[in-house]
Amino acid sequence: MPESPPVGPRAPGRPSSAPRAPSFVSQALRIAAKDLAIEWRSREVIMTMTFLAVVVVLIFSFAFVVEGARPPAPVVAGILWIALVMSGTVGLGRAFDREREGEAIRSLLLTPAPRAAIYLGKLAATCALMAITETVLTGLCAVLFSANLGDVIGRVALLLVLGTVGFAAAGCIFSAALLRARGRDALLATLLYPIIVPIVIAGARGTAQLIDPVSPDFDGARFWTEFLVAVDILFVTAGLWAFEPIVGGD
Amino acid sequence: MTPSPAALRLANVGKIYGGRRALSGVSTAFEAGRVAAVLGPNGAGKTTLLGILSTLVAPTTGEVRWGDDRLGHGSPLRARIGYVGHDPGLYGDLTALENLTLFAALHGVPDARNRAQALLARVGLTEAAPDAPARTFSRGMLQRLALARALAHDPALLLFDEPAAALDPAGADWLTTELGAERAAGRVVVLVTHDLEAAAAVADQVVILRRGRVVFDETPAGGFDAAALRASYEAETRA
Repeated sequence: MPESPPVGPRAPGRPSSAPRAPSFVSQALRIAAKDLAIEWRSREVIMTMTFLAVVVVLIFSFAFVVEGARPPAPVVAGILWIALVMSGTVGLGRAFDREREGEAIRSLLLTPAPRAAIYLGKLAATCALMAITETVLTGLCAVLFSANLGDVIGRVALLLVLGTVGFAAAGCIFSAALLRARGRDALLATLLYPIIVPIVIAGARGTAQLIDPVSPDFDGARFWTEFLVAVDILFVTAGLWAFEPIVGGD
Repeated sequence: MTPSPAALRLANVGKIYGGRRALSGVSTAFEAGRVAAVLGPNGAGKTTLLGILSTLVAPTTGEVRWGDDRLGHGSPLRARIGYVGHDPGLYGDLTALENLTLFAALHGVPDARNRAQALLARVGLTEAAPDAPARTFSRGMLQRLALARALAHDPALLLFDEPAAALDPAGADWLTTELGAERAAGRVVVLVTHDLEAAAAVADQVVILRRGRVVFDETPAGGFDAAALRASYEAETRA
């Protein structure tokens, strides 16, 4: 097993060799684990995201739902996806705050971790936090709106996962780009929302087709699922390509 | 004289930010086993120079070579650089041990946790609240931790950007001792500072920048006298 470098002084002038860089995947996982470990300790972001999502669902339910009547499937799906996007924006707004505080981003950029691994690590952590909120959100919508989720929960979950990946892939890029910007929370929403419109449309349409209590449209939902796969590939690829110049530090 | 392979050589390095010239025609060399202090008034280009040496800022002109290799984006030498700034470069929500383990692991140091524990002992933080997040640390403790973080991967080049800013006298003395230790360890040490007395006490080489240009670059055999260095500084940086 290779030894750790010496902690004490080395012989003057002796050239030193760099430790072997860990694999791309292990570096991405380490960065994601770091973010989740920090969040687990404070629960600051996840509590804010979940609270906002619940409040949004409650406000919409009071505004749009008539007492005693089951709301139409497109309304339920729309409320679910709007709450998801709004709470996700809060999470993305904080995604790089911990890198900014204390200039940890510089230390991170000076490690041999590829920029793409840093991006994927941040993306994975953001998706994990959003997934927790979505679990609460979906359950709440099912209870409040008597949504027909029982038979289609797997397909709805797939739509949510795909939508989350695309949303977070675009959001992490904007969040990184706005790392040092003033008013970055307002800017993030302004820049991000026009980009993620296709994700929201696909997610809401697909979900509505799945939870329609009268005639679920599985073929239609499959189309939106495949559409989200294509959008995810596009956004993640663009994110991997754009992250290096965005955080390059120059 | 044959150039030392361990030396860092800058040739005609310049940097322009949006039409503003931050550095211009900087040529010098930093040798292993020496502390080089970079001095200059605010806006002289010191931090830009350190950014270029750290590879996080690309020079607009010129090049930096380390032995036979060009230092820059994608260079494997980036992994041999340690950086201590006035900000600690740490995650405030992680403990000292977690911070060091994370950065050692990202650098590929085998047995990162043991390495982190050894580094904590090295900078005198073993007893410092093992479960406390780094954001609860004093300024002096954070700088010790920042140095440990910079040493995690046994770098050959150590860059310091005003590391003593806001440190108390005891912390500043500790830092001076550490700079000497890193020189003895055979590293290339580059220190950006406004503290002329500290620079005179520890530096083997002093580079003074003014408006992005090198106006003074000396490596006297007998070291620097603080009063003489101040006189040189004032003469060279007078507008």
